[in-house]
Amino acid sequence: MDLSILWFWIVAGLFIGYFILDGFDFGVGMTLPFLGKDDLDRRVLINTIGPVWDLNETWVIVAGACLFAAFPEWYATLFSGFYLALLLILLALIARGVSFEYRHQRPESRWKKWFDGMIIVGSVVPALLWGVAFANIVQGVAIDANFNYTGTLFDLLNPYALLGGLTTLMLFFTHGAIFVSLKTDGDIRERARKLATKAGVVTIVIAASFLVWTAFIAEFKLAYLVLAALAAVALIGAWLFNLRGSEGVSFTLMAVTIALAVLSLFTALFPNVMPSTTDVANSLTIDNASSSEYTLTVMSWTALIFLPLILLYQGWTYWVFRKRVSRRTIEAATGVAAPAA
Amino acid sequence: MNEILDPLALARWQFGLTTIYHFLFVPITIGMVTVTAVFQTAWYRTGHVKYLQLTKFFGQIFLINFAMGVVTGIVQEFQFGMNWSDYSRFVGDVFGAPLALEGLLAFFFEATFIGLWIFGWDKLPRKIHLLTIWATAFGSIISAYFIIAANSFMQNPVAYEMNEEKGRAELVNIWELLTNPVALAAFPHTIFASFMVAAGLVITVAAWHLARNQHLETMRPALKLGLWTMIGAGLLTTLTGDQLSLAMVATQPMKMAAAEATYQTVCGAQASFSIFTLGTPDGTSELFSIRVPYLLSLLSTHTFDGCVEGINDLQAQYTEAFGPGDYAPIIWITYWAFRWMIGLGMLHVFVAIVGLWLTRGGRLPKNKWVWKAAIWSFPLSLAAMIVGWIFAEMGRQPWLVFSLLKTEDGVSPGVTGLEVLISIVAFTLIYGILAVVEFKLIKKVAQKGPADAPEPHPETGLIEPSTTVY
Repeated sequence: MDLSILWFWIVAGLFIGYFILDGFDFGVGMTLPFLGKDDLDRRVLINTIGPVWDLNETWVIVAGACLFAAFPEWYATLFSGFYLALLLILLALIARGVSFEYRHQRPESRWKKWFDGMIIVGSVVPALLWGVAFANIVQGVAIDANFNYTGTLFDLLNPYALLGGLTTLMLFFTHGAIFVSLKTDGDIRERARKLATKAGVVTIVIAASFLVWTAFIAEFKLAYLVLAALAAVALIGAWLFNLRGSEGVSFTLMAVTIALAVLSLFTALFPNVMPSTTDVANSLTIDNASSSEYTLTVMSWTALIFLPLILLYQGWTYWVFRKRVSRRTIEAATGVAAPAA
Repeated sequence: MNEILDPLALARWQFGLTTIYHFLFVPITIGMVTVTAVFQTAWYRTGHVKYLQLTKFFGQIFLINFAMGVVTGIVQEFQFGMNWSDYSRFVGDVFGAPLALEGLLAFFFEATFIGLWIFGWDKLPRKIHLLTIWATAFGSIISAYFIIAANSFMQNPVAYEMNEEKGRAELVNIWELLTNPVALAAFPHTIFASFMVAAGLVITVAAWHLARNQHLETMRPALKLGLWTMIGAGLLTTLTGDQLSLAMVATQPMKMAAAEATYQTVCGAQASFSIFTLGTPDGTSELFSIRVPYLLSLLSTHTFDGCVEGINDLQAQYTEAFGPGDYAPIIWITYWAFRWMIGLGMLHVFVAIVGLWLTRGGRLPKNKWVWKAAIWSFPLSLAAMIVGWIFAEMGRQPWLVFSLLKTEDGVSPGVTGLEVLISIVAFTLIYGILAVVEFKLIKKVAQKGPADAPEPHPETGLIEPSTTVY
């Protein structure tokens, strides 16, 4: 197989990893106003992702770097073209990331409220904008002969892309709520499950409309239809298992849903990487956007050796922190530290 | 185009601002994670509870800073594409590879093990937990290697071939790229300088407490570690800096000439190093200067009778090779940045030697000025590091990739000045606010000092690790 095609799928895989993992981080952040009745609840929520949010976020850094190395033209067009959208994502990720670390540094509730707000906004904005960005990539944008994007931010906010944004927003929200029910204990666990049930209905409707709309853009490509249909089945399955209280199965099916949905978008895109709406000749393709054979060979060996290792030690981390977080966990831990606070 | 909204100038300012800002946290992270690991190892080996207190204390300072390093780092990677898309297209085939390797080999490693370290105190066996902080340190140092290898390609392009059809540089040998002579010198130089910054931080904090005669049990060993590290790392930074200037003379003679503001080619005794100049450094209206004969020849070539090419000769050579243009960087910046870097670095080693003498045998000097001077260790060592990078990057101008791509040709053609301006304002605001918050938090934690020693378990007599939560 041509290495550039292999790298197209590896990039897809890295974004799948990112959306599954940081997806529930965003979701947990977004559930703060719904599930976090008091400070202790909010601490429970934040601590479900405390040890792992950083490694989850790193997936986007690696995805970005691999995009740069394997498809420099795609990286250049996408990042310069979606300038303001990416700026907003960056600002949101900055606000969210420091808030996890700073929130607990002081006891005053005003201090904590600030960082709660930043976590919520910092979760909503990327959850929405990543969907907007990927929908625009699939739909195609105005690209000139030098591969430069010629539209504006407002051109990116078209109905189809906004529906894509709502889809990721709701997918991550539900994903996060199910994750909370999987990772907590006590009253909050049940409330999270109920929230996921309600949010799940909205998610199913929005995601289904987005996948149908995408079918038209993909011109009913068979592979796309199969993957999209499977994604829809997985999503409904996740919702049903959540209803039954099978948290582990439900969470796994949500991860499968996200993976299949991203995969279906990349399938719709293939063999383009960024189609131009100005002129088909200006479209970026796997072929004209990729790096040289040598660079891709080096990258392939590196990925072959290190990706399994990465999955291994990240899997181990999740195993170490497998215990559910409850109000008692936080009380016990902060009780010890209380005299110092 | 309106001059204020010149995308090139704005993109350069943005890169400079965000990079310098990000780089405030990088050396602290690299240095402090190592310091924390050393204290934890001391605790593991000796069982003395003061080392556990020091581990947690400096660990907390390290973590407040680490979060900032992580989130500002994402901006770094994104803005190559956002502001410098033509650069990305031109070098992506070469430059992207070390970035991808950095992500796959180092970032994941660092981000995973830092989580295990923060939250793993009560969940991992003591030995494994110790290994997680060393793994984090290892990850951060390896990531520095890859990013410096990438930067070194911009200073001294190697291991590439031009693809005329695609109009880009293509990688032909990854090994050659990773063993770029500039990278081999710049990497240890940066790491040892990072250790100096961490040593400066430890000295500052320890001195603050010792001057108040508090936390003696923990701050005495901390000060000692800080002072010795400063001396050791200072000497190694000097040695590797010397190697780096040799590589610089060989690959970017203009940078060396600009560092010295040497306009005419000079040899032997004439190749003097000016420690200080009053008046314009270009020599046209020099009022006063202190010069050390031979020193420049010695630095640049390791011989007394070596020659150092001047800016005028190099300008003529480059004009012939690359066409008309100004091939010199902004001289007053390179000249003074070079001096401040070296001067501040040497000052710290000196201060550390004096400090060791004054505190020998457990003495605590009464003179408050001694302590007041010591407290400047951290800000000034960080400043030395920053001006060092300003020198390295400003000295490369007008090139983005030396001899291949000028800075003005790398900027994103589709991005408007207004967009860049919006992003500069946004970053400046959020970075400014966070800088204040971070500084206050670190100050508060540092001034509070280490927490009291945990009580050992009544039956086993061992210290039970506590649970960490956000």
